[in-house]
Amino acid sequence: MTAATAGAERVERRGPGMFGGWSIAASLFVVPAIFLLVVFMLYPVVSTIILSFEPGIDNYVRLLTADPKFLDLGTFPPRGALFNNLLWVVFYVSGTIVIGLLVAVMATRVRYEAHIKAIVFIPQAIAAVALGVIWRFVYAPEENTGLLNAVLGVANVGPVSWLGSQTWVNTALIIAGIWGSVGFVTVILSAALKGISTEILEAARVDGATEGQVFRRIIVPMLSLPISVVAVTLVINVIKLFDLIYTMTQGGPANSSRVIAFSMYQEALPARNFDYGAAIAVIMLIILIPVMIFNVRRFTAERVTQ
Amino acid sequence: MTAPLADTTVRAPARTPAEKLSRLLGHAPVHVALGVVGLIWLLPTVGLLVTSFRPRSDIQNSGWWTIFGGNVDLTLENYELVLGADLAAQTMLQAFLNTIQITIPSTILPLLLASMAAFAFAWIKFPFRDTLFLAVIALLLVPIQMVLLPLGEIYRDLGLIGSFLPIWITHTTFALPFGIFLLRNFFITLPKDLIEAARIDGATNVGIFRQIVLPLSVPALASYAIFQFLWVWNDLLIALVFAPRPGGQPMTTQIGSLLGTYGAEWHILAAASFLVMVVPLAVFFSLQRFFVQGLLAGSVK
Repeated sequence: MTAATAGAERVERRGPGMFGGWSIAASLFVVPAIFLLVVFMLYPVVSTIILSFEPGIDNYVRLLTADPKFLDLGTFPPRGALFNNLLWVVFYVSGTIVIGLLVAVMATRVRYEAHIKAIVFIPQAIAAVALGVIWRFVYAPEENTGLLNAVLGVANVGPVSWLGSQTWVNTALIIAGIWGSVGFVTVILSAALKGISTEILEAARVDGATEGQVFRRIIVPMLSLPISVVAVTLVINVIKLFDLIYTMTQGGPANSSRVIAFSMYQEALPARNFDYGAAIAVIMLIILIPVMIFNVRRFTAERVTQ
Repeated sequence: MTAPLADTTVRAPARTPAEKLSRLLGHAPVHVALGVVGLIWLLPTVGLLVTSFRPRSDIQNSGWWTIFGGNVDLTLENYELVLGADLAAQTMLQAFLNTIQITIPSTILPLLLASMAAFAFAWIKFPFRDTLFLAVIALLLVPIQMVLLPLGEIYRDLGLIGSFLPIWITHTTFALPFGIFLLRNFFITLPKDLIEAARIDGATNVGIFRQIVLPLSVPALASYAIFQFLWVWNDLLIALVFAPRPGGQPMTTQIGSLLGTYGAEWHILAAASFLVMVVPLAVFFSLQRFFVQGLLAGSVK
């Protein structure tokens, strides 16, 4: 149906009337949205880019070479907001996908599938601010308050001030982030799993494949497309990551858990370095541009194949 | 050829207790692993929920898990405190009302504007339609940080500071690309014959939009509305920058302020956090289907 409709439309577009200008109806329907997008999105985007170049390229030079809070390559491992985002990309994205996929695969084998999926999905519904409070409480440094220190205390470990330690803070935040996103991955991949024919899986099992082999050799390769879509979404999450850092650490201790989006807010608003904050925003945009191009291409490719 | 394979996919029901036991044991690692997953995903939230009902002195002296050992002394006083006292320039009740005032227009406006635009992109011919639509897709990913500073100036120039209009406008604008994308892709799957027949019968575009397209698109509209409602309800950043002070803060920024002043006062933080969670959780459990559909569709945002 879709294919036929789109095809017919393309033919009609070439017909008379196409370049007859905007009809009143078209204007009525599209103009309010386009107006808002131009005035309150496009125009500010251009202004921000101009603002970031107010002192020439100084802001960018300083960000990449002279601001240890943003990028510090002078230590090993490197530090700074940009490097922390890289840590997030590597560990949060892979951790969320691995756990999300395992939960999705295991859930298909039990009767309470819907319940376990709902449980891991709940964090998707709640505010990142609440998620931050929940995990601040788990990580509380007192053994009679924080669940993690209480559990470790049974094994005579700790207590550790997870969010107060430069060594642990990023690990602790990334774990909270993974906890918040696994449900998303599980639901998406679970839907994709239902599309794999059970005949293929059973045939492999009959041929003597172990569950591990079925998982690695059949399930993972057959889910590669949805996994890559999910990975792109999670990378976007990381670039835009703000609420969790703001709620849980304010970028601390000693700025060790800052990420790009938090740095932008911190520099532009509380610190009022407007053009400097604008430059950080532009760096966020530059990182996202390849994904934008990918989205547009994917859409045009779909139209061609229709 | 497929018949024998197909047979193996239908598992015979376990008949004897021994068979049932062996099947259960075969699945034991899966049950154990999922049990651990269930605990890890429930306990942090349950811990905070339990804490929100415990008296302050209990919270300071013992872990929330001691209620399972008989230390059950629950109270509503934490909720009374956060709802009634000006703990961070305003009460949590005020913040709750502000969240509602922010969220409802920020859901209805984009729903209306995006569905109108999506209808035009799907069913009305106009110049540069496809180019414009690709531009909308490109705008999907623009980070809010890219507009915060100039928007502040625009709102000041327009004299809107101090009202909810800056928040409404910002949320509406940033919801449009996703809404137009989602709804246009849904609208285009509606039967062309139906719409052409209505046109031949003399129906106007407004008539087709209101009487055919919208009624047939309720699931997509519901998914988008729920997605957007939760997005705004849970938003921190836009509220942090544009919510009017004092007295106009929603719950998310109010909790941000509480964290600054009462960072270790768990009786306050727990109760306040559950107030911001209760509506999204209710939406989630009552409208799970639309919610998940919105999420699946929204994985491009």
